[in-house]
Amino acid sequence: MAVKTGKHTYLLENTPSVLSFGAVGSKKEAEGPLGQYFDVINPDSSFGESSWEKAESKLVQISVGQALSKGNFEPEQIDLAFAGDLLNQCIGSVYGLRDLGIPFVGLYGACSTMAESLALAALFVDAAIAKKALAVTSSHFCSAERQFRFPLEYGGQRPPTAQWTVTGSGACVVGESAAAPYVRAVTIGCIEDLGIKDANNMGAAMAPAAAKTIARYLADTHTRPEDYDMILTGDLGQVGSALLEQLLAQEKIDLKGRHQDCGLLIYDRQQQDVHAGGSGCGCAASVLCSFILPRIRQGILGDVLFVATGALMSPTSSMQGESIPGVAHLVYLSASSRRKGVE
Amino acid sequence: MSPTPQEYNKMSQKAAPGSKLWRNMLVAFLVGGVICTIGQGAMSWMQSLGLSREDGGAVTSVFLIFLSALLTGLNCYDDIAKHAGAGTLVPITGFANAMVSPALEFKREGFILGVGAKMFSIAGPVILYGSAASVVYGLILAIFG
Repeated sequence: MAVKTGKHTYLLENTPSVLSFGAVGSKKEAEGPLGQYFDVINPDSSFGESSWEKAESKLVQISVGQALSKGNFEPEQIDLAFAGDLLNQCIGSVYGLRDLGIPFVGLYGACSTMAESLALAALFVDAAIAKKALAVTSSHFCSAERQFRFPLEYGGQRPPTAQWTVTGSGACVVGESAAAPYVRAVTIGCIEDLGIKDANNMGAAMAPAAAKTIARYLADTHTRPEDYDMILTGDLGQVGSALLEQLLAQEKIDLKGRHQDCGLLIYDRQQQDVHAGGSGCGCAASVLCSFILPRIRQGILGDVLFVATGALMSPTSSMQGESIPGVAHLVYLSASSRRKGVE
Repeated sequence: MSPTPQEYNKMSQKAAPGSKLWRNMLVAFLVGGVICTIGQGAMSWMQSLGLSREDGGAVTSVFLIFLSALLTGLNCYDDIAKHAGAGTLVPITGFANAMVSPALEFKREGFILGVGAKMFSIAGPVILYGSAASVVYGLILAIFG
């Protein structure tokens, strides 16, 4: 049963395992440094579908299919699915999971949804009210562009702070404690807003939320950044990553070179014209499921704090001049079932 | 402690890399210049075929709009505009691209609520305020001219 420690953190006493996982991407993701680690790559970003929204649902279907088949699971064995995406009313997840018959909890945490869904899946399994739970999120460059920005063929210039929405999806099946990776703790983030209004600078909008969540987790568990091999943020990109380190420095926290960002890992910023890095629900999800979880399973990485960050604005709030609130949720993943910090 | 929004705004401005202003202006100048030269070439050709200056201008506009729409449909215009910026935005080609790109994008939503309604989502304000400004200008001309 999960035990709350401090104000924001839950320690998972039964140490649920991430039993299986799958990651899918498209052409640009394949050309990036992590391309070889994806389970499925389809260079055709339409995935053979007639709309970008359908293509995104297909991403969900493929990543969930991979996670299920790699663990030899049938959809009937999954008690709950926690899923969300960036599209209005989360239609990427809804149509992607429609035919599976798994009890569905739709989530919206913008790009933080992978940590949010994984945290909830782990909490349900830890509390023994679900035997197996699915966490899945997705994003698609083309469906996100048409909803949040301009038509694809519109001739505009992106500013250097802009990020590139990842076309990808990642899915995890969480179950009772069996083998690494284990989920050891989760921290649910608060909504943080330091007044950034530029929708082309989401890294800056989300960095305060990431800084707060990391600081709260470390305080709640009485641990230090040195206790972890990697502190992995979701999609802060170049600008947000720099700001995160500055904000934490103000709180006297030094990440000591342990910080990595999925948005900076997934693309080669010099070669791939992605400006400040990758973004989107699928960014954190696909990097986690393709690159990080296998390394924890193999023991190459021991302890990882996965901190996915989301910018909680909508096209309407942006047009009405509202600032962009951010949120960050943390999941502590470990190769060992012995926790550090508070016992 | 957390910075105030003002302090954070300064921090984020400092952390954000600047645009390559000089390079962008040079490319915009060159590409915009090439588009205008193509327009002038078309205009001179029309006039050499015997069209008046006014009719030649109209045909040139139609030609440039067609060219822009074609390049938009062929998935080339945005690749040029990515480098050219205002060079492709300011001439009439930019306006054509702003009409054609939403029409292409929203055809999945059907011809009425998709193409028909969304086609003006970028260019609509230009048409509205352009028309309104021309009325004001016309009134001034009528009263004082």
